[in-house]
Amino acid sequence: MSDIPGSAKPAIAHGMRLQWEPAQEAHVLLYPEGMVRLNSSAGAILSRCDGVRTLADIVTDLERTYSIAGLTGDVTAFVALALDKHWLELRQ
Amino acid sequence: MSSATPVGHGLAAPNAAVGMSQPPRSASAPGPPLWLLLELTYRCPLHCVFCYNPTDFANTGQELGTGDWIRVLRQARALGAVQLGLSGGEPLAREDLEPIVAQAHTLGFYINLITSGIGMTEARIRALKAAGLDHIQLSFQDSTRELNDFLSSTRTFELKSQVAGLIRQHGYPMVLNVVLHRLNIDHVGEILEMAEAMGAQYVELANTQYYGWAWLNREHLLPSRAQLERAEAATRRFRERVGNRMQIYFVVPDYFETRPKACMSGLGSVFLAVAPDGTALPCHAARMLPGLQLPNVRDSDIRAIWYDSPAFNRFRGEAWMKEPCRSCPERARDFGGCRCQAYLLTGDADNADPVCDLSPYHHRVTEAVARAEQTAAAATGGVREQALVFRDHRISIAVVPGDPVRRR
Ligand code: SF4
Ligand code: SF4
Repeated sequence: MSDIPGSAKPAIAHGMRLQWEPAQEAHVLLYPEGMVRLNSSAGAILSRCDGVRTLADIVTDLERTYSIAGLTGDVTAFVALALDKHWLELRQ
Repeated sequence: MSSATPVGHGLAAPNAAVGMSQPPRSASAPGPPLWLLLELTYRCPLHCVFCYNPTDFANTGQELGTGDWIRVLRQARALGAVQLGLSGGEPLAREDLEPIVAQAHTLGFYINLITSGIGMTEARIRALKAAGLDHIQLSFQDSTRELNDFLSSTRTFELKSQVAGLIRQHGYPMVLNVVLHRLNIDHVGEILEMAEAMGAQYVELANTQYYGWAWLNREHLLPSRAQLERAEAATRRFRERVGNRMQIYFVVPDYFETRPKACMSGLGSVFLAVAPDGTALPCHAARMLPGLQLPNVRDSDIRAIWYDSPAFNRFRGEAWMKEPCRSCPERARDFGGCRCQAYLLTGDADNADPVCDLSPYHHRVTEAVARAEQTAAAATGGVREQALVFRDHRISIAVVPGDPVRRR
């Protein structure tokens, strides 16, 4: 799962909803009868997964926003985890 | 078994025992009521004689009106409530379900409808979608008879299939919830196959919780250990065949465990239910707990109910705990288990849940299991008519562990 190509376009999976919750000061993923409260990094990644931007675009954006280089491995690993948990799906 | 596993690793099963990764609670600073359950009505077209609703529901006060429910939604959302369950009775019996859903959607709730499917039509499912309903859980909640009908492909099955078809057609994620007990647990394989045929994405196989009528019929409803093992094996085989196309949550009856479930992260921690008459409950079964003065949304607002009422503060923090929980290193993980079970089995809601093998009352659980093993061998002819099961509303909350993005 962890060799997802940079051209893949991750999107929030069908039936899941990502939203910012002021009361929790966090992004949360909502799905049937459940909720995952995301830490700030996970929120930063998932909120960029719109099915339009590629994984490579998302990495570039994150590296720029947080002024850190070399995020490809970590972001890809998290996207793989999120795919595995059905939080994300890949779009063409 | 996945949902019996603590959610410390951040994997949140839709119906898992509540996540352990909640920040530590304290009586002084409870978090918001993240999970709001509105039991919109006790009415139900099924008229199941042994429905889980309170047996005296005809005497409970009048149902709240549309305006009351919308006020509750606004107040709860302002505190941070985000998961909304709409149940009953049969919530489709409320003609104002659509406007209630529309309001909840505008407020930003994720909306789960928990229904038997009776009363669902093409027109209503379309209107509910337009109003912003997120998800429909089709439940087999009412009686063994309903499930027997389902398994023998009679009218109920036809109806459920039609509703399942509508759910799929309109793009809702579909959860099928089946309550298990001794009389149906041997059919787990068939139940899963039917669920697959219906196109369910999630299936919850939740063993009965022993309260109310189910408590009275415990010895006839508790499966034997052998049944449980067979059911788990059938579930495993099915999982191997379908892979992750369908997610299955198998909830073991906690009588077979040696540690209790974590009960909603503790009463007054994340869950708030409102009964049709406006009574606010820290747990859907909390009416049984003696001495709890349950507030009503007609008299107080949700903020006062959640933060200030004695009923919602009663089991917050740890001060109420008795030994062995009070000094137990595991108390932050399971909060001493279920208050209702503690009360039912020991007569004192402040005791450890006797499912815990550190409880001096644990033998009451093991003896019940042993008695059930004996009666399991005997014929269970007239028993099924008495079976009554509570639906179990749980929510899983987890925080993604670790920090995927390094920061400097
Ligand atoms: S003694 Fe109480 S806190 Fe400790 S494990 Fe048992 S139920 Fe949990
Ligand atoms: S029934 Fe028990 S475990 Fe369930 S919410 Fe109530 S107190 Fe908690």
